[in-house]
Amino acid sequence: MTIGSGELLLSVRDLSVVFDTDDGLVRAVDAVSFDIHRGEVFSVVGESGSGKSVTAMSILQLIPDSRVAGGEILWKGADLLQRTEDQMRSVRGAEIAMIFQDPLTALNPVHTVGRQIAEMARIHETITKKQAFNRSVEMLDLVGIPEPDKRASMYPHEFSGGMRQRAVIAMAITCKPSLLIADEPTTALDVTVQAQVLEVLLEIKDEIDSAIMLITHDLGVVAGISDQVMVMYAGQQVEQGTVDDVFYRPMHPYTLGLLESLPRLDATDDTELVPIPGSPPSLINRPSGCPFHPRCRHAQAPGRCDTEATEFRSIAGAHFSACHFAEQFIGGSTPAIETPS
Amino acid sequence: MSDQTPGFAAARTVDQMVDDVLAAPEAPPYLIDVWRRFKKNRLAVIGLIFILGLVLVAIFAPLIAPYGPSERTDVFRGSPSGDHLFGTDIIGRDVFSRVVYGARVSLRISIATTIIAMGIGVLVGAMAGFFGGFTDGLMMRITDVFLAIPYIVLAVAIATVFGRSENGIILVLGLTGWLGVSRIVRSSFLSLKELEYVEAAQALGFSRTRIMFRHILPNALQPIIVYGTILIGSVILAEAALSFLGVGPQDPTPAWGLMVSQGKGDLANAFHLVLFPGLAIALTVLAFVLVGDGLRDALDPKLK
Repeated sequence: MTIGSGELLLSVRDLSVVFDTDDGLVRAVDAVSFDIHRGEVFSVVGESGSGKSVTAMSILQLIPDSRVAGGEILWKGADLLQRTEDQMRSVRGAEIAMIFQDPLTALNPVHTVGRQIAEMARIHETITKKQAFNRSVEMLDLVGIPEPDKRASMYPHEFSGGMRQRAVIAMAITCKPSLLIADEPTTALDVTVQAQVLEVLLEIKDEIDSAIMLITHDLGVVAGISDQVMVMYAGQQVEQGTVDDVFYRPMHPYTLGLLESLPRLDATDDTELVPIPGSPPSLINRPSGCPFHPRCRHAQAPGRCDTEATEFRSIAGAHFSACHFAEQFIGGSTPAIETPS
Repeated sequence: MSDQTPGFAAARTVDQMVDDVLAAPEAPPYLIDVWRRFKKNRLAVIGLIFILGLVLVAIFAPLIAPYGPSERTDVFRGSPSGDHLFGTDIIGRDVFSRVVYGARVSLRISIATTIIAMGIGVLVGAMAGFFGGFTDGLMMRITDVFLAIPYIVLAVAIATVFGRSENGIILVLGLTGWLGVSRIVRSSFLSLKELEYVEAAQALGFSRTRIMFRHILPNALQPIIVYGTILIGSVILAEAALSFLGVGPQDPTPAWGLMVSQGKGDLANAFHLVLFPGLAIALTVLAFVLVGDGLRDALDPKLK
C-alpha cells in the first residue's frame, strides 16, 4: 500500500521516557517521533535495550517506575498522556491491543483459552456470557485454530507453542482494535511457525482494518511484512523510511552494520559476515555527539561525530537519518568518508 | 476420526499427533491428578477420613449421642461403661455425648475463624504484593503490629469487654490468625505479578481488581489451601487453649477445651474426664495437619 494513505491513528511527537535509578537517570527513549496510519505495518528495529519496547509500552502507559519526560502521544488526535488511568483502561485492548513475546507465559494457566478471550470481550463490551463465548470461538477460528469450539474449552498447556501465539493474537483482536502492538511476536517460535503466525497477523490486520506496530530485532521478519521501518539505537531514532529505502538504500552506518551482519542466501562463498564491534552504550553515560560513534567504522572522532549532537532529519523525502554524513550515503552503499588519522 | 477420508486424516495427523504427545502427560484433569498423588500419602488419607468422620459426627450429633449435651444422669463422675462410653462428669453429664456435640462447637469455631482469617489475610497480602511500594510497606507494618500482640492477651481483653462467647473467640482468633496468610499471599503475588500474562492482562485493559482476584489469585491458591487446612487445626488448638483458660464459651457449651479444664481437678480419680476430650482435640489437630501436608505434596509435585 502507499504510505500514509490511511487515516492517521497514532502520532508520537518528541517522546522521551526516563527511569530514575540508583545509578542515575536512564534515558530509555530520547525524543522519538513517528506516525502510524491505518492499514500499515510499522516496524521498530533495534538491539536489546535500544528502547523499542519501552516506546511501545509507554504508548499504553504500562511501564512502572518510568516517567515521560517530554513529548506527546496523539491517538486519533488526542493526547494519551493527558488521560487518567481509568480512561487509559478503555483504550487498552479496545483501541490499542498488545501481543506479547512469549506465548508460553502470556496466557493464564488456570483459565481455559476460550474463557480468557471471552473475558476480554466482556470487559470492553456489554454482551452476555454466551455471546462472549461464541465470540471467542469465532476469534479462534479467525486465527486459524482447527476445531475452535473444542479448543476454546481447553487450557493453555494443551496448546502447542504456535497455537498459543495464535490464541494470544485472538485475544488481542477480540475487540477489533485499531492498532495492534506486537512485541517480538515470533521470537519464541520455531521458524516454520513464525511464518504462519506472521501470515495470520497480516490477514487479521486486513480483516479488522487496523495497523500493526511490530517490534522486533529480526530483520528478516521486517523485510517480509513491513511498510515502514524505524531503526532505534540507544533510545534514539537513527533511521526511518520505507522498507525498500532502509534495506536497499541505508543511510546510517548502524543500519548498514545490521544488514551486513545478516547472513544472505544469495551471498557468494567468500563474502564474510561483518559484525558491529563493541556493545550498545550505557543509557546513563551516553557517548558524546552521535551515540553510535564509538562503534562506527566511519566515525570522525575526534571530530564532528564525538562532539556535535546528531539531528534526525529528512535526507530524501520520507527517508530520515540521524547520521551527520547521511547525505553522502545517497547513491552508493559505502559512504565516501575519510577517517582522519 | 472415523468420519474422515484417509487422505484428509493423514494430512492433519502430524500436527495433531505432536499435540497429542505433548499434551499426554498432563492429559487427566488437574483434580484427578491431585487426588492420585494425595492417595499415595497413607497418613493424609487417614487424616481425611478422620475429618470426614468428624464432620458426619457433628452433623448427626443428635442421632449419635445417647444423651443431650447438658442432660444430667444420676451417675456422677462415673467411669466409662456400657451405658456411658466415656463415663460421666462431675454433675452427671454423659462425656461421650458432650464430646460428640463438642465436634460441632470446634468445627463451627475453627471454620468461621479460618474464613475470617483467610479473608483478611488474602486481601491484605494481595494488596501488599500487587501494589508494592508504599501500600506494601504500610500493610506489612500493620502485620508486624498485630504480630506483636499476643492473641491470648487480646482474647482475655475481648472476653472482659464483650463477655465470654463463641463469637468472641471467633473474632479474636480471626483477627489474629491472618498474619501468616497475608505473608504467604504477599510473596506469591510478588512473584506472580511479574509474569507476562499479568502484563498482558494490563495491556488488554483489565482492571486491577480483576487482575488481582481473577488472574493472580487462582495461581496462588496452592499454598493458600495448604495453609488454610493447617490453620483449621491450629485454630482448634487455640480455641481449646482459650476455653481452658476460661475465656472461651461458657459452661453448658460442650467445648472440648472447657471440658478438659473442668476435668483437670479430678485427674487423679477420674482421668477419663480429661482423656477423651483431650484425645478429641489432639486427633483432630493431627488430622488437619496430616491432610495439609498431604495437600502440599499433592498440589505441587515439584516439591517431592
